[in-house]
Amino acid sequence: MASAKEVKEVLFGPIFANNPIALQILGICSALAVTSKMENTLVMCIALTLVTAFSNLFISIIRNHIPSSVRIIVQMTIIASLVIVVDQILRAYAYSIAKELSVFVGLIITNCIVMGRAEAYAMKSTPGLSFLDGIGNGLGYSVVLLTVGFIRELFGSGSLFGYQIMQLASEGGWYQPIGLLVLPPSAFFIIGGFIWVLRTFRTEQVEPKE
Amino acid sequence: MANKNESLGKTLFVVIALCLVCAIIVAGSAVGLKPLQQKNAALDMQRNVLDAAGLLTPETNVIELFEQRVETRLFNLNTLEEVESVDGKNATDYDPIASAKKAGLGTKLDKADDEAGIGSREDVAKVYFINDAQGELETVVVFVRGYGLWGTMYGFMAVAPDMNTIKGINYYEHTETPGLGGEIQNPNWAASWQGKEIYADGEVALNVTKNVTDQAHDVDALSGATLTSNGVENTMQFWFSDKAYGPLFDKIRKGELN
Repeated sequence: MASAKEVKEVLFGPIFANNPIALQILGICSALAVTSKMENTLVMCIALTLVTAFSNLFISIIRNHIPSSVRIIVQMTIIASLVIVVDQILRAYAYSIAKELSVFVGLIITNCIVMGRAEAYAMKSTPGLSFLDGIGNGLGYSVVLLTVGFIRELFGSGSLFGYQIMQLASEGGWYQPIGLLVLPPSAFFIIGGFIWVLRTFRTEQVEPKE
Repeated sequence: MANKNESLGKTLFVVIALCLVCAIIVAGSAVGLKPLQQKNAALDMQRNVLDAAGLLTPETNVIELFEQRVETRLFNLNTLEEVESVDGKNATDYDPIASAKKAGLGTKLDKADDEAGIGSREDVAKVYFINDAQGELETVVVFVRGYGLWGTMYGFMAVAPDMNTIKGINYYEHTETPGLGGEIQNPNWAASWQGKEIYADGEVALNVTKNVTDQAHDVDALSGATLTSNGVENTMQFWFSDKAYGPLFDKIRKGELN
Protein backbone atom coordinates (compact mmCIF):
# COMPACT_ATOMS: atom_id res chain seq x y z
CA MET A 1 0.00 0.00 0.00
CA ALA A 2 1.22 3.45 -0.84
CA SER A 3 2.50 5.64 1.95
CA ALA A 4 0.62 8.74 3.07
CA LYS A 5 3.38 10.96 1.69
CA GLU A 6 3.11 9.40 -1.75
CA VAL A 7 -0.68 9.78 -1.73
CA LYS A 8 -0.35 13.42 -0.79
CA GLU A 9 2.14 14.06 -3.54
CA VAL A 10 0.03 12.32 -6.19
CA LEU A 11 -3.12 14.15 -5.14
CA PHE A 12 -1.82 17.67 -4.48
CA GLY A 13 1.39 17.75 -6.54
CA PRO A 14 -0.40 18.64 -9.80
CA ILE A 15 -2.08 21.71 -8.27
CA PHE A 16 0.99 23.95 -8.11
CA ALA A 17 4.21 21.93 -8.28
CA ASN A 18 3.36 20.06 -11.49
CA ASN A 19 0.31 21.81 -12.86
CA PRO A 20 -0.88 20.25 -16.15
CA ILE A 21 -1.76 23.63 -17.68
CA ALA A 22 0.83 25.95 -16.15
CA LEU A 23 3.87 23.66 -16.29
CA GLN A 24 3.07 21.08 -18.95
CA ILE A 25 0.94 23.51 -21.03
CA LEU A 26 -1.67 20.84 -21.78
CA GLY A 27 -5.40 21.28 -22.28
CA ILE A 28 -5.21 24.95 -23.27
CA CYS A 29 -8.00 24.73 -25.86
CA SER A 30 -10.85 24.18 -23.44
CA ALA A 31 -9.28 26.64 -20.98
CA LEU A 32 -9.86 29.36 -23.57
CA ALA A 33 -13.28 28.29 -24.70
CA VAL A 34 -15.34 27.62 -21.60
CA THR A 35 -14.07 30.16 -19.11
CA SER A 36 -16.25 33.19 -19.89
CA LYS A 37 -18.70 32.20 -17.14
CA MET A 38 -17.93 30.63 -13.74
CA GLU A 39 -20.92 28.29 -13.92
CA ASN A 40 -19.83 26.72 -17.22
CA THR A 41 -16.23 26.63 -16.03
CA LEU A 42 -17.14 24.75 -12.86
CA VAL A 43 -19.19 22.15 -14.74
CA MET A 44 -16.37 21.67 -17.24
CA CYS A 45 -13.85 21.21 -14.40
CA ILE A 46 -16.01 18.62 -12.67
CA ALA A 47 -16.55 16.77 -15.95
CA LEU A 48 -12.86 16.72 -16.78
CA THR A 49 -11.82 15.68 -13.28
CA LEU A 50 -14.26 12.77 -13.27
CA VAL A 51 -13.25 11.62 -16.74
CA THR A 52 -9.53 11.77 -15.89
CA ALA A 53 -10.01 9.96 -12.59
CA PHE A 54 -12.18 7.15 -13.93
CA SER A 55 -10.24 6.65 -17.15
CA ASN A 56 -7.07 6.37 -15.02
CA LEU A 57 -8.83 3.89 -12.74
CA PHE A 58 -10.14 1.61 -15.48
CA ILE A 59 -6.95 1.72 -17.52
CA SER A 60 -4.91 0.93 -14.43
CA ILE A 61 -7.15 -2.04 -13.57
CA ILE A 62 -6.58 -3.67 -16.94
CA ARG A 63 -3.06 -2.31 -17.49
CA ASN A 64 -1.43 -5.75 -17.26
CA HIS A 65 -3.67 -7.09 -20.00
CA ILE A 66 -3.41 -4.30 -22.55
CA PRO A 67 -1.30 -5.36 -25.55
CA SER A 68 1.17 -2.54 -26.22
CA SER A 69 0.39 -2.61 -29.96
CA VAL A 70 -3.18 -1.38 -29.37
CA ARG A 71 -2.76 0.45 -26.07
CA ILE A 72 -3.57 3.95 -27.37
CA ILE A 73 -6.76 2.68 -29.02
CA VAL A 74 -7.76 0.92 -25.81
CA GLN A 75 -7.19 4.11 -23.80
CA MET A 76 -9.14 6.17 -26.31
CA THR A 77 -12.07 3.75 -26.22
CA ILE A 78 -12.30 3.96 -22.45
CA ILE A 79 -11.95 7.76 -22.41
CA ALA A 80 -14.46 8.22 -25.23
CA SER A 81 -17.04 6.01 -23.51
CA LEU A 82 -16.68 7.97 -20.27
CA VAL A 83 -17.03 11.28 -22.10
CA ILE A 84 -20.23 10.11 -23.80
CA VAL A 85 -21.65 9.04 -20.44
CA VAL A 86 -20.76 12.45 -18.93
CA ASP A 87 -22.33 14.22 -21.92
CA GLN A 88 -25.53 12.20 -21.57
CA ILE A 89 -25.74 12.95 -17.85
CA LEU A 90 -25.24 16.68 -18.46
CA ARG A 91 -27.96 16.70 -21.10
CA ALA A 92 -30.34 15.00 -18.71
CA TYR A 93 -29.64 17.04 -15.57
CA ALA A 94 -28.09 20.34 -16.70
CA TYR A 95 -29.58 20.94 -20.13
CA SER A 96 -28.90 24.67 -20.45
CA ILE A 97 -25.26 24.30 -19.41
CA ALA A 98 -24.85 21.30 -21.71
CA LYS A 99 -26.17 23.44 -24.56
CA GLU A 100 -23.62 26.18 -23.87
CA LEU A 101 -20.71 23.80 -23.42
CA SER A 102 -21.86 21.95 -26.57
CA VAL A 103 -18.84 20.52 -28.36
CA PHE A 104 -16.38 21.18 -25.56
CA VAL A 105 -17.68 18.29 -23.48
CA GLY A 106 -17.10 16.02 -26.45
CA LEU A 107 -13.66 17.52 -26.88
CA ILE A 108 -12.60 16.23 -23.44
CA ILE A 109 -11.76 13.09 -25.46
CA THR A 110 -8.92 14.97 -27.13
CA ASN A 111 -7.83 16.81 -24.00
CA CYS A 112 -4.14 16.04 -23.66
CA ILE A 113 -4.38 15.89 -19.87
CA VAL A 114 -6.63 12.82 -19.95
CA MET A 115 -4.55 10.98 -22.55
CA GLY A 116 -1.31 12.13 -20.97
CA ARG A 117 -2.16 10.82 -17.51
CA ALA A 118 -3.48 7.54 -18.91
CA GLU A 119 -0.32 6.90 -20.90
CA ALA A 120 2.22 8.34 -18.45
CA TYR A 121 0.80 7.26 -15.11
CA ALA A 122 -2.10 4.80 -15.19
CA MET A 123 -0.24 2.31 -17.43
CA LYS A 124 2.39 1.78 -14.71
CA SER A 125 0.61 2.42 -11.41
CA THR A 126 -1.89 0.72 -9.14
CA PRO A 127 -5.60 1.53 -9.56
CA GLY A 128 -5.93 3.44 -6.26
CA LEU A 129 -3.01 5.76 -6.94
CA SER A 130 -4.05 6.20 -10.56
CA PHE A 131 -7.51 7.29 -9.49
CA LEU A 132 -6.00 9.85 -7.09
CA ASP A 133 -3.62 11.02 -9.81
CA GLY A 134 -6.64 11.66 -12.04
CA ILE A 135 -8.38 13.64 -9.31
CA GLY A 136 -5.16 15.57 -8.61
CA ASN A 137 -4.61 16.53 -12.23
CA GLY A 138 -8.28 17.43 -12.53
CA LEU A 139 -7.82 19.75 -9.55
CA GLY A 140 -4.73 21.28 -11.13
CA TYR A 141 -6.74 21.96 -14.29
CA SER A 142 -9.62 23.31 -12.21
CA VAL A 143 -7.44 25.75 -10.25
CA VAL A 144 -6.25 27.40 -13.46
CA LEU A 145 -9.68 27.35 -15.14
CA LEU A 146 -11.51 28.72 -12.13
CA THR A 147 -8.94 31.49 -11.76
CA VAL A 148 -9.34 32.41 -15.40
CA GLY A 149 -13.12 32.12 -15.19
CA PHE A 150 -13.22 34.28 -12.06
CA ILE A 151 -11.23 37.08 -13.64
CA ARG A 152 -13.07 36.88 -16.97
CA GLU A 153 -16.58 36.88 -15.54
CA LEU A 154 -15.94 39.44 -12.80
CA PHE A 155 -14.19 42.00 -15.00
CA GLY A 156 -15.78 41.05 -18.32
CA SER A 157 -19.43 40.95 -17.26
CA GLY A 158 -19.31 42.31 -13.71
CA SER A 159 -20.88 39.16 -12.28
CA LEU A 160 -19.98 35.85 -10.62
CA PHE A 161 -21.99 32.66 -11.16
CA GLY A 162 -24.54 34.87 -12.93
CA TYR A 163 -25.09 37.16 -9.92
CA GLN A 164 -24.37 40.81 -10.69
CA ILE A 165 -21.55 42.02 -8.42
CA MET A 166 -20.74 45.28 -10.15
CA GLN A 167 -23.59 47.18 -11.80
CA LEU A 168 -22.80 47.65 -15.50
CA ALA A 169 -22.68 51.14 -16.99
CA SER A 170 -25.06 50.00 -19.74
CA GLU A 171 -27.65 49.19 -17.09
CA GLY A 172 -27.29 52.41 -15.15
CA GLY A 173 -24.42 51.34 -12.88
CA TRP A 174 -20.86 52.54 -12.69
CA TYR A 175 -18.78 49.65 -14.04
CA GLN A 176 -17.50 49.78 -17.61
CA PRO A 177 -16.80 46.11 -18.49
CA ILE A 178 -13.59 45.13 -20.25
CA GLY A 179 -14.93 43.76 -23.53
CA LEU A 180 -11.77 41.82 -24.35
CA LEU A 181 -12.29 39.53 -21.36
CA VAL A 182 -15.52 38.17 -22.82
CA LEU A 183 -13.64 36.90 -25.86
CA PRO A 184 -11.64 33.64 -25.74
CA PRO A 185 -8.18 35.13 -26.55
CA SER A 186 -8.17 37.01 -23.24
CA ALA A 187 -7.65 33.67 -21.49
CA PHE A 188 -4.20 33.54 -23.13
CA PHE A 189 -3.16 36.66 -21.24
CA ILE A 190 -4.60 35.42 -17.95
CA ILE A 191 -2.99 31.98 -18.25
CA GLY A 192 0.28 33.69 -19.16
CA GLY A 193 -0.03 35.88 -16.08
CA PHE A 194 -0.85 32.83 -13.95
CA ILE A 195 2.29 31.05 -15.15
CA TRP A 196 4.38 34.19 -14.53
CA VAL A 197 3.15 34.51 -10.94
CA LEU A 198 3.58 30.78 -10.32
CA ARG A 199 7.14 30.75 -11.61
CA THR A 200 8.04 33.83 -9.58
CA PHE A 201 7.35 31.82 -6.43
CA ARG A 202 8.55 28.46 -7.72
CA THR A 203 11.73 29.31 -9.52
CA GLU A 204 12.54 25.62 -10.17
CA GLN A 205 9.82 25.67 -12.85
CA VAL A 206 11.67 28.27 -14.90
CA GLU A 207 13.22 26.64 -17.96
CA PRO A 208 17.02 26.99 -18.24
CA LYS A 209 18.25 29.43 -20.88
CA GLU A 210 19.32 27.71 -24.07
CA MET B 1 3.62 -12.07 -19.38
CA ALA B 2 4.56 -9.46 -21.96
CA ASN B 3 4.80 -12.08 -24.67
CA LYS B 4 1.44 -13.54 -23.87
CA ASN B 5 -0.10 -10.05 -24.07
CA GLU B 6 1.27 -9.48 -27.57
CA SER B 7 -0.25 -12.61 -29.11
CA LEU B 8 -2.93 -12.13 -31.76
CA GLY B 9 -5.50 -14.05 -29.77
CA LYS B 10 -5.00 -12.01 -26.63
CA THR B 11 -5.05 -8.72 -28.56
CA LEU B 12 -8.32 -9.61 -30.26
CA PHE B 13 -9.82 -10.80 -26.98
CA VAL B 14 -8.92 -7.61 -25.10
CA VAL B 15 -10.18 -5.34 -27.86
CA ILE B 16 -13.47 -7.18 -28.35
CA ALA B 17 -14.17 -7.54 -24.64
CA LEU B 18 -13.42 -3.85 -24.06
CA CYS B 19 -15.66 -2.78 -26.93
CA LEU B 20 -18.51 -4.91 -25.59
CA VAL B 21 -18.22 -3.48 -22.09
CA CYS B 22 -17.94 0.10 -23.33
CA ALA B 23 -20.85 -0.36 -25.76
CA ILE B 24 -23.07 -1.65 -22.95
CA ILE B 25 -22.16 1.28 -20.68
CA VAL B 26 -22.68 3.90 -23.40
CA ALA B 27 -25.92 2.36 -24.68
CA GLY B 28 -27.19 1.91 -21.13
CA SER B 29 -26.62 5.54 -20.19
CA ALA B 30 -28.10 6.80 -23.47
CA VAL B 31 -31.26 4.71 -23.17
CA GLY B 32 -31.64 5.20 -19.43
CA LEU B 33 -31.38 8.99 -19.59
CA LYS B 34 -33.43 9.46 -22.76
CA PRO B 35 -36.80 10.25 -21.07
CA LEU B 36 -35.18 13.00 -19.00
CA GLN B 37 -33.38 14.42 -22.03
CA GLN B 38 -36.57 14.49 -24.09
CA LYS B 39 -38.34 16.28 -21.28
CA ASN B 40 -35.54 18.85 -21.23
CA ALA B 41 -35.71 19.30 -25.00
CA ALA B 42 -39.49 19.83 -24.86
CA LEU B 43 -39.07 22.33 -22.03
CA ASP B 44 -36.45 24.15 -24.05
CA MET B 45 -38.89 24.41 -26.98
CA GLN B 46 -41.54 25.90 -24.68
CA ARG B 47 -38.99 28.36 -23.37
CA ASN B 48 -38.20 29.41 -26.97
CA VAL B 49 -41.89 29.98 -27.73
CA LEU B 50 -42.30 32.18 -24.64
CA ASP B 51 -39.08 34.01 -25.48
CA ALA B 52 -40.33 34.83 -28.99
CA ALA B 53 -43.55 36.17 -27.45
CA GLY B 54 -41.54 38.31 -25.04
CA LEU B 55 -42.84 36.53 -21.96
CA LEU B 56 -39.62 35.00 -20.76
CA THR B 57 -37.85 36.49 -17.75
CA PRO B 58 -35.37 34.69 -15.49
CA GLU B 59 -38.14 34.22 -12.90
CA THR B 60 -40.64 32.69 -15.34
CA ASN B 61 -41.96 29.27 -14.41
CA VAL B 62 -42.04 27.96 -17.97
CA ILE B 63 -44.17 24.89 -17.38
CA GLU B 64 -46.82 26.73 -15.36
CA LEU B 65 -47.05 29.70 -17.70
CA PHE B 66 -47.25 27.44 -20.70
CA GLU B 67 -50.07 25.42 -19.18
CA GLN B 68 -52.08 28.49 -18.17
CA ARG B 69 -51.70 30.72 -21.17
CA VAL B 70 -50.63 28.74 -24.23
CA GLU B 71 -52.87 26.68 -26.46
CA THR B 72 -51.14 24.45 -29.00
CA ARG B 73 -53.26 23.77 -32.06
CA LEU B 74 -52.78 22.07 -35.42
CA PHE B 75 -54.03 23.39 -38.76
CA ASN B 76 -53.90 21.87 -42.19
CA LEU B 77 -52.31 24.59 -44.31
CA ASN B 78 -53.99 23.39 -47.53
CA THR B 79 -57.58 23.07 -46.31
CA LEU B 80 -57.25 25.47 -43.34
CA GLU B 81 -59.12 22.94 -41.22
CA GLU B 82 -58.10 22.37 -37.62
CA VAL B 83 -56.98 18.80 -36.97
CA GLU B 84 -56.85 16.90 -33.70
CA SER B 85 -53.83 14.79 -34.42
CA VAL B 86 -51.38 13.92 -37.17
CA ASP B 87 -50.19 10.40 -37.75
CA GLY B 88 -51.33 9.46 -34.25
CA LYS B 89 -49.54 12.36 -32.57
CA ASN B 90 -51.42 15.07 -30.69
CA ALA B 91 -50.64 18.78 -30.85
CA THR B 92 -48.02 18.63 -28.10
CA ASP B 93 -46.02 15.76 -29.55
CA TYR B 94 -46.33 16.63 -33.24
CA ASP B 95 -43.04 17.66 -34.85
CA PRO B 96 -43.72 19.76 -37.99
CA ILE B 97 -40.08 19.89 -39.07
CA ALA B 98 -39.62 16.12 -39.11
CA SER B 99 -43.03 15.67 -40.77
CA ALA B 100 -42.22 17.94 -43.72
CA LYS B 101 -39.92 15.30 -45.20
CA LYS B 102 -42.30 12.36 -44.70
CA ALA B 103 -44.54 11.16 -47.55
CA GLY B 104 -48.17 12.00 -46.87
CA LEU B 105 -47.32 14.55 -44.16
CA GLY B 106 -45.33 17.03 -46.24
CA THR B 107 -45.34 18.52 -49.71
CA LYS B 108 -42.24 18.80 -51.83
CA LEU B 109 -41.71 22.34 -53.09
CA ASP B 110 -40.76 23.34 -56.62
CA LYS B 111 -37.50 25.28 -56.91
CA ALA B 112 -39.37 28.41 -57.97
CA ASP B 113 -41.71 28.24 -54.97
CA ASP B 114 -39.01 27.51 -52.45
CA GLU B 115 -37.53 30.89 -51.52
CA ALA B 116 -36.55 29.66 -48.07
CA GLY B 117 -34.60 26.70 -49.47
CA ILE B 118 -36.24 24.14 -47.23
CA GLY B 119 -37.09 21.48 -49.85
CA SER B 120 -40.46 20.50 -48.50
CA ARG B 121 -43.13 22.03 -46.32
CA GLU B 122 -45.28 20.24 -43.74
CA ASP B 123 -49.02 19.96 -44.52
CA VAL B 124 -50.05 20.53 -40.94
CA ALA B 125 -48.75 23.54 -39.04
CA LYS B 126 -48.30 23.74 -35.31
CA VAL B 127 -49.51 27.09 -33.98
CA TYR B 128 -49.17 28.39 -30.43
CA PHE B 129 -51.97 30.71 -29.27
CA ILE B 130 -50.94 32.71 -26.22
CA ASN B 131 -53.68 34.37 -24.16
CA ASP B 132 -53.24 37.25 -21.77
CA ALA B 133 -54.16 36.93 -18.10
CA GLN B 134 -57.83 37.66 -18.92
CA GLY B 135 -57.99 34.89 -21.52
CA GLU B 136 -57.97 37.17 -24.57
CA LEU B 137 -55.76 36.20 -27.49
CA GLU B 138 -52.51 38.13 -27.11
CA THR B 139 -49.93 36.54 -29.40
CA VAL B 140 -49.74 33.86 -32.09
CA VAL B 141 -46.42 32.03 -32.39
CA VAL B 142 -45.46 29.98 -35.46
CA PHE B 143 -42.42 28.01 -36.59
CA VAL B 144 -40.27 29.42 -39.39
CA ARG B 145 -37.15 28.05 -40.98
CA GLY B 146 -35.00 28.80 -43.98
CA TYR B 147 -31.55 28.43 -45.44
CA GLY B 148 -28.97 30.99 -44.35
CA LEU B 149 -25.35 30.95 -45.39
CA TRP B 150 -24.25 27.54 -44.05
CA GLY B 151 -27.40 25.73 -43.14
CA THR B 152 -31.03 25.89 -42.16
CA MET B 153 -31.95 28.41 -39.45
CA TYR B 154 -34.84 27.40 -37.19
CA GLY B 155 -36.88 29.89 -35.27
CA PHE B 156 -40.19 31.15 -33.93
CA MET B 157 -42.09 34.26 -34.95
CA ALA B 158 -44.55 35.89 -32.59
CA VAL B 159 -47.32 37.92 -34.23
CA ALA B 160 -50.01 40.12 -32.66
CA PRO B 161 -53.70 39.11 -33.12
CA ASP B 162 -54.01 41.52 -36.06
CA MET B 163 -51.77 38.94 -37.78
CA ASN B 164 -49.65 41.73 -39.16
CA THR B 165 -47.58 43.25 -36.36
CA ILE B 166 -44.51 41.32 -35.25
CA LYS B 167 -44.08 40.90 -31.50
CA GLY B 168 -40.85 38.99 -31.48
CA ILE B 169 -38.45 36.62 -33.18
CA ASN B 170 -36.36 33.85 -31.71
CA TYR B 171 -33.90 31.75 -33.68
CA TYR B 172 -33.15 28.72 -31.56
CA GLU B 173 -30.98 26.66 -33.89
CA HIS B 174 -28.63 27.61 -36.72
CA THR B 175 -25.15 27.00 -38.07
CA GLU B 176 -24.27 30.57 -39.11
CA THR B 177 -20.84 32.05 -38.40
CA PRO B 178 -20.52 33.00 -34.72
CA GLY B 179 -20.20 36.76 -34.34
CA LEU B 180 -21.50 37.51 -37.85
CA GLY B 181 -24.54 35.54 -39.01
CA GLY B 182 -24.78 34.07 -35.54
CA GLU B 183 -25.96 37.48 -34.39
CA ILE B 184 -29.48 36.46 -35.47
CA GLN B 185 -29.69 35.27 -31.86
CA ASN B 186 -28.62 38.67 -30.51
CA PRO B 187 -31.46 39.98 -28.30
CA ASN B 188 -30.81 43.55 -29.47
CA TRP B 189 -31.29 42.60 -33.09
CA ALA B 190 -34.35 40.51 -32.24
CA ALA B 191 -35.77 43.55 -30.43
CA SER B 192 -35.44 45.60 -33.63
CA TRP B 193 -38.17 43.38 -35.16
CA GLN B 194 -40.78 44.41 -32.63
CA GLY B 195 -43.60 46.46 -34.11
CA LYS B 196 -42.64 45.78 -37.74
CA GLU B 197 -45.53 44.99 -40.07
CA ILE B 198 -45.53 41.92 -42.27
CA TYR B 199 -48.00 42.88 -44.98
CA ALA B 200 -48.67 45.87 -47.21
CA ASP B 201 -51.60 45.68 -49.65
CA GLY B 202 -51.93 41.95 -49.02
CA GLU B 203 -48.36 41.17 -50.03
CA VAL B 204 -45.47 40.27 -47.75
CA ALA B 205 -43.55 43.55 -47.49
CA LEU B 206 -41.07 42.64 -44.78
CA ASN B 207 -37.51 43.54 -45.82
CA VAL B 208 -34.19 42.84 -44.20
CA THR B 209 -32.02 45.55 -45.68
CA LYS B 210 -29.02 47.74 -44.96
CA ASN B 211 -30.89 50.87 -46.05
CA VAL B 212 -33.90 51.18 -43.82
CA THR B 213 -36.31 53.52 -45.63
CA ASP B 214 -39.74 52.18 -44.76
CA GLN B 215 -39.83 52.14 -40.94
CA ALA B 216 -42.94 49.97 -40.85
CA HIS B 217 -41.59 47.09 -42.94
CA ASP B 218 -37.78 47.32 -43.08
CA VAL B 219 -35.54 45.59 -40.57
CA ASP B 220 -31.90 46.63 -40.31
CA ALA B 221 -29.72 43.83 -41.72
CA LEU B 222 -26.80 42.35 -39.79
CA SER B 223 -23.48 43.91 -40.74
CA GLY B 224 -20.98 41.44 -42.15
CA ALA B 225 -23.72 38.88 -42.69
CA THR B 226 -25.41 39.79 -45.96
CA LEU B 227 -26.16 36.22 -46.99
CA THR B 228 -27.59 35.35 -43.60
CA SER B 229 -29.74 38.50 -43.70
CA ASN B 230 -30.95 37.55 -47.19
CA GLY B 231 -31.75 34.09 -45.85
CA VAL B 232 -33.82 35.59 -43.04
CA GLU B 233 -35.69 37.80 -45.49
CA ASN B 234 -36.38 34.86 -47.81
CA THR B 235 -37.57 32.82 -44.84
CA MET B 236 -40.13 35.49 -43.95
CA GLN B 237 -41.14 35.99 -47.61
CA PHE B 238 -41.91 32.30 -47.87
CA TRP B 239 -43.60 31.54 -44.57
CA PHE B 240 -45.93 34.56 -44.47
CA SER B 241 -46.94 34.22 -48.14
CA ASP B 242 -49.84 32.22 -49.56
CA LYS B 243 -47.52 29.23 -49.89
CA ALA B 244 -47.46 28.76 -46.12
CA TYR B 245 -49.17 30.71 -43.33
CA GLY B 246 -50.80 33.50 -45.42
CA PRO B 247 -54.29 32.00 -45.77
CA LEU B 248 -54.30 30.76 -42.18
CA PHE B 249 -53.36 34.21 -40.93
CA ASP B 250 -56.26 35.68 -42.98
CA LYS B 251 -58.61 33.29 -41.28
CA ILE B 252 -57.31 34.11 -37.80
CA ARG B 253 -57.48 37.84 -38.56
CA LYS B 254 -61.15 37.58 -39.56
CA GLY B 255 -61.86 35.71 -36.35
CA GLU B 256 -63.11 32.67 -38.23
CA LEU B 257 -61.44 30.25 -35.84
CA ASN B 258 -63.05 28.62 -32.82
